[in-house]
Amino acid sequence: MYLVVEQLLNGLQFGLLLFLLAAGLTLVFGIMDFVNLAHGSLYMMGAYFAATFVAWTGSFVLGALMALGATLLLGIVLEYVALRHLYGRDHLDQVLATFGLILFFNDAVRLIWGPAGLALPLPAWLTVPVQIIPGVYYPAYRLMIIVVAMAVAAMLYLVVMRTRVGMLIRAGASNREMIGALGINIKLLFTLVFGLGAALAGLAGLMQAPILTVQIGMGENILILAFVIIVIGGIGSIRGAFMAALFVGIIDTMGRAFLPDLLRKVLSGAAASTAAPALSSMLIYLLMAIILVLRPEGLFPAAKR
Amino acid sequence: MKPKLNASNAVAALMCAALILLPVYSAATGNIFILTLFTRIVIFALAAASLNLIMGYGGMMSFGHAAYLGIGGYAVGILAAEGIGSGFIQWPVALVVSALFALLIGSLSLRTRGVYFIMITLAFAQMAYYVASALSRYGGDDGLTVYKRSDFAGLINLSDRNQFYYLCLACLFGGLYLIWRIVNSRFGLVVQGVRSNEQRMQAIGFHANRYRLVCFVIAGTICGLAGALLANNTDFVSPAVMYWTRSGDLMVMVILGGMGSLFGPVIGAIVYLLLEELLSQFTEYSGLILGPVLLLIVLFARGGIMGLLGRMRRG
Repeated sequence: MYLVVEQLLNGLQFGLLLFLLAAGLTLVFGIMDFVNLAHGSLYMMGAYFAATFVAWTGSFVLGALMALGATLLLGIVLEYVALRHLYGRDHLDQVLATFGLILFFNDAVRLIWGPAGLALPLPAWLTVPVQIIPGVYYPAYRLMIIVVAMAVAAMLYLVVMRTRVGMLIRAGASNREMIGALGINIKLLFTLVFGLGAALAGLAGLMQAPILTVQIGMGENILILAFVIIVIGGIGSIRGAFMAALFVGIIDTMGRAFLPDLLRKVLSGAAASTAAPALSSMLIYLLMAIILVLRPEGLFPAAKR
Repeated sequence: MKPKLNASNAVAALMCAALILLPVYSAATGNIFILTLFTRIVIFALAAASLNLIMGYGGMMSFGHAAYLGIGGYAVGILAAEGIGSGFIQWPVALVVSALFALLIGSLSLRTRGVYFIMITLAFAQMAYYVASALSRYGGDDGLTVYKRSDFAGLINLSDRNQFYYLCLACLFGGLYLIWRIVNSRFGLVVQGVRSNEQRMQAIGFHANRYRLVCFVIAGTICGLAGALLANNTDFVSPAVMYWTRSGDLMVMVILGGMGSLFGPVIGAIVYLLLEELLSQFTEYSGLILGPVLLLIVLFARGGIMGLLGRMRRG
């Protein structure tokens, strides 16, 4: 029972992290109609920046904040220099160009930080286990991820639904040309949204960093998961991304934790230990395939143009 | 159709001649490396050409095409590991399994359009990747060594460098001829018609998705052949050939060379793999150059290399 609670929390934490990544992706996709494969690279850069700045300043929070700013800046520069010329182009062109950016970032990181991974150590006050319900302890750091990600999600919701900028973002998602024609500086808005997406990706990367190692290619697996989420949720829909991210995070974590035991009850030991890891890795893709076959536009399609 | 003499056709003809004469050059100079490099390039050119059939002519942006490379490769590798070394069994099995996989994922994926299609094909390829990683009997994550190349009963010796190269080249030319015939057939015209305007094709009475599906299966089968060749070339097959970045590489080759032109993917494969090889020789960080080059090509050379050649003729 305690194990189930713990794994549920792990799933929630992973799902929220995925949401941070997917939110930026779905905003950029929904508003600029831009497929950004390099989003995973921004996630990776967030983690590397954090590892560097934390080691440099000696303070986890300060380093994390600096890393956040650095990723935001990187996103804005990237958009300004290269990506803004690709809006309105074919999706394939965007895939090719951002695929090139992945190659660039991976080797740039290898050049600057070397091929070995980095570790991002946690400060002592985040390593203590916290008693959440009597008898169940949960690492403070993972709890912090949940709290921070929830807060960011709530803030994102407020910004998008309650502010003027958010109104423009939503208007841009439903009709780009029209808000341009109404005299809104759409270029600035796009840069802003892209920077926001980059910062969210960086935040996800730097928060994940202490749990996994910081390494080259860390963004690629998780990028595909983020794409799965925005496709399941319906492209351009933040609400859809949020639901799908939690769904994917919990299913993936629970699958990995409990599928091997479940399979062992049905199959022989050897067959189960072969099938379980494959099946739990496949679970998410299976889920997406089923959803797309039944609902070809995702669960929560954004409003039609 | 009478081929016209223009820049793109001239380049294609020169390229074919160079590919045919390459073993002669290699033997004359004793440069074996270039022959092994180009064997690999020719195999990837075949895979890219098959992707071009669905992407360039059919408008189906598959992001999971590398799955067939793995399936074809694993068909050869697994049969070889089980003691069935005959190419007359291995290769047909590779083709049939690839075709069946394409039929399965095609019939499900073709319900979706656009980005959703890109993502669902990717999902299926990732599933194939994880299945291969779980085949602990056949190496799992570490991959499977193919100790003996496919045996064609003395007809052709795959372990001979030159014979194997010419076999790969024959497969490439055969594949290109097949694609050319398909594209110019009634079937191919319907597929291209569906790409330009699906509703109109439906309205004049074509069952669009059936045509798409058949095209998708043909492309998958051709790529399965490339997979069988690749496993023989490297004497090894691993889940990594199915990873999504591999599918990305294939897409890059097609777009780089020029989508929807017969020889575009071949040129794309040659340029991409040569560039990768050359860069890796003088720098460890080839991505630092290759990445921006791809970006610049997208920004300034729309339609890929074949598109550039086409513009040269006009401009």
